[in-house]
Amino acid sequence: MSTSSMKFSRRGFLKTSALSGGGILIGFNMFTACSPNAEVPKEVVDISQLNFNDFNAFIKIADNGVVTIFSPNPEIGQGVKTAMPMIIAEELDVAWDNVHVVQAPLDNVNYQRQVAGGSQSIRFGWEPLRQTGATTRQMLVMAAAAKWGVDPSECSTSEGVITNAKGETLGYGEVVKKAAALEVPENVPLKEPKDFKIIGTDAGNVDIDKIITGKPLYGLDYKTEGMVYASVLRPPSFGKKLDSFDDTATKEVSGVIDVIKFDDKVAVLANSTWQAMKGKKALKATWSNGSPMESTEAHDKTLIGLLNGNKFETLRKDGDVKKAFSEADEVVERTYESPFLPHNCMEPMNFYANVTDDKIHLVGPIQTPARTANQIAQKLGRNPEEVALEMTRMGGGFGRRLYGDFALEAAEISNLAKKPVKVVFSREDDMTAGIYRPSIKYRIAASLKDGQITGYHLKEASINSNMYGLIPNFFPAGAIANYQVDVAKYDSNITTGAWRAPYTNFLSFAEQSFFDEIAEKLELDPIQMRLDLLQKVKGTTDDRIQYSAERMEEVINLAVDKSGYYNEEAGVYKGFVAYYCHNTHVAEVAEVVLENNQPVVRKVTCAVDCGIVVNPLGALNQIEGGIVDGVGHTLYGDFIFNDGAPHVNNFDKYRLIRMKEAPEVETHFVKNNLSPTGLGEPTLPPAGAAIAIAIKNATGKRTYKQPLVKNMANAVELG
Amino acid sequence: MPSYSLKINGKSEQVEADADTPLLWALRDHLDMVGTKFGCGVAQCGACTVHVNGSAVRSCQLPVSSLDGMEITTIEGLSEDGSHPVQQAWKEIDVPQCGYCQAGQIMTAAAFLESNPNPTMDEIKNNMHGNICRCGAYNRIQKAVALAAKKMS
Repeated sequence: MSTSSMKFSRRGFLKTSALSGGGILIGFNMFTACSPNAEVPKEVVDISQLNFNDFNAFIKIADNGVVTIFSPNPEIGQGVKTAMPMIIAEELDVAWDNVHVVQAPLDNVNYQRQVAGGSQSIRFGWEPLRQTGATTRQMLVMAAAAKWGVDPSECSTSEGVITNAKGETLGYGEVVKKAAALEVPENVPLKEPKDFKIIGTDAGNVDIDKIITGKPLYGLDYKTEGMVYASVLRPPSFGKKLDSFDDTATKEVSGVIDVIKFDDKVAVLANSTWQAMKGKKALKATWSNGSPMESTEAHDKTLIGLLNGNKFETLRKDGDVKKAFSEADEVVERTYESPFLPHNCMEPMNFYANVTDDKIHLVGPIQTPARTANQIAQKLGRNPEEVALEMTRMGGGFGRRLYGDFALEAAEISNLAKKPVKVVFSREDDMTAGIYRPSIKYRIAASLKDGQITGYHLKEASINSNMYGLIPNFFPAGAIANYQVDVAKYDSNITTGAWRAPYTNFLSFAEQSFFDEIAEKLELDPIQMRLDLLQKVKGTTDDRIQYSAERMEEVINLAVDKSGYYNEEAGVYKGFVAYYCHNTHVAEVAEVVLENNQPVVRKVTCAVDCGIVVNPLGALNQIEGGIVDGVGHTLYGDFIFNDGAPHVNNFDKYRLIRMKEAPEVETHFVKNNLSPTGLGEPTLPPAGAAIAIAIKNATGKRTYKQPLVKNMANAVELG
Repeated sequence: MPSYSLKINGKSEQVEADADTPLLWALRDHLDMVGTKFGCGVAQCGACTVHVNGSAVRSCQLPVSSLDGMEITTIEGLSEDGSHPVQQAWKEIDVPQCGYCQAGQIMTAAAFLESNPNPTMDEIKNNMHGNICRCGAYNRIQKAVALAAKKMS
């Protein structure tokens, strides 16, 4: 056994509470536990006074030994509702089959990390969740040992049963009451990875039975007595303001109860979703321009203007790029372009709100429950403590549900209507009132001298926001002596935000395509070129560097080996990418074949180093999904603005990847005992670049602009 | 308001709704059967797939007034307890990520396998092509349909 590398000790983070119905409840604030300045909570609490803000992770053990684990983080399809409880169950030493998992809710106090985003739930949860399980187990052992009059060190546990040296046994349920009264022990040792029984085994989705039988589970499925449905008319273009509206025809639609104006929107309330939607269609509104109507055409010119200009913020600067460029044999410069993208979660945005004089009850799919609850309290001028928020399972997130605009709408409407209200977006609402991935352009220049890359200059021109500060420290930072990352942005009235693997979802395409082209120019093997660059990072003393050269090397070698990259197969064209983001190292090899002269992505082989794989079955699903998502949006994702509005608003015109277009995905994990990192995002960014490189190898042409299917025809032969 | 008698999962259900109300919303809002999902409303995504007289159809495009005498099966009625071979295959392969589209995928697959019990991989892909899975679980959907075919044979 080893003690935790992070010092949790007691510090008041573990609290127990005897349950009135029998049993024990252990609470653990896992995210403030990671912070050195966290406030020490007070004494043992009464279950009836329970506030989930004090306890982000929970274990409940009933007298009959049944274990309930409350999963703290929102579930958007990334699998944390299964994986996080597995980590607790491992250290608690119970049989996974005897564990019930329940989604923990949240109320109004703003938390650090009861969030689904950035592929961080497992990474941040790992140590505290283990500590929670291990400490609870230790208390149960102490209780049993006291009952037997033996030292706790003479006892062992397995699958919820404690055994002493004489072979006598006690079930967890038999000692929970006694355990609940004990002092919480400090510095409880954790299991060695070799002793793991649950972590590293395949656990099916905890909600699988409900999903396959159609039980209520998602926000859209939630309803209460007396609830009405709201369909909202929003400005038809970004920048439009509501002047006036005529609801005469709406009020004649059967089932319509009320029409309510709020902000620049009009909500139609009805007895059913269909009637609310029909009522909205019958509204007549006039709009005026509050700010200019923007277009993709204008954005393209603006962003290119930014790249050509000199108004940049420098995020990282090593050596002297200018000098390296002036001394080079050759300078290569390329520009890569991406469109806005909608998230298109399969479950359209929706939220339930019941605002009454004494409280605000919110239920629905949200990746950021705490922030959203606070925003609503602020907007309605209410005390945050009056807000109670329950999270439902989400029909996809992809970043869209980080933003609580739809929950805010529900609360505003309920507040005005004095009724419980469910706001439901139509698909058209969802696609046109989005918080999109911003359109971004990258310009990359490299200086080549004596067969080496001597300088590397990356410029980003983006809509509304620029890459976050860690990204300039990703590969190839540290591997090229003269290196600079500059960013610039244009402020648009089109709302933008995080979209699965923000920035890297396109930056990887740009940089990895660029490396491939540089390798071609230098007549180097593209993989060997990367391996050579990685040698220069080994032993670096620059602690800003985010990736590990050694771990990158390992995924590269694994992907090369498993994909048979160097085995030539007639008619099969390969593309290689190695990438680091969200703390996980990934290498992918895409295989493209030509059918009727059109490139078809047949397969992607993926090597991943995410440390210990908590739930391989769930991990593989994330990896496959990330790759298919990356391939799909790179090939098809097309979203153009004209006069402030998107050119498409439903799946008849907006193309998402479907069954026949999805490549087979083969995954291989690097096996190690390092702490786990997330998988919701890291396999997406490399996929688009890998297929673009494979397509170049098939057709001889490089495409610099996404989506590929639309822009391949304009691909250029450079070189 | 007109009233319609619908035969759903072997039971007769009365729905008081406007004639143009799609079956999707009658199921979800009037009958509290929320397993059938709303995805696009224009028959493009397949999330709302149900069976009408044994065929997979998009319930967002079927007005309640057009269903007189038809046998409707939803995900809730595919089996009583999730024991249909397609449901079991979905569980065994652990198909879902977010899971939202899966009822529609399962209904599409179940009707398809009734008409083609021994499909090739290409036939599976062709038949499932109309159902979008935004999470990209297509590899597993394909495997689960093949496994269900095996279970049914």
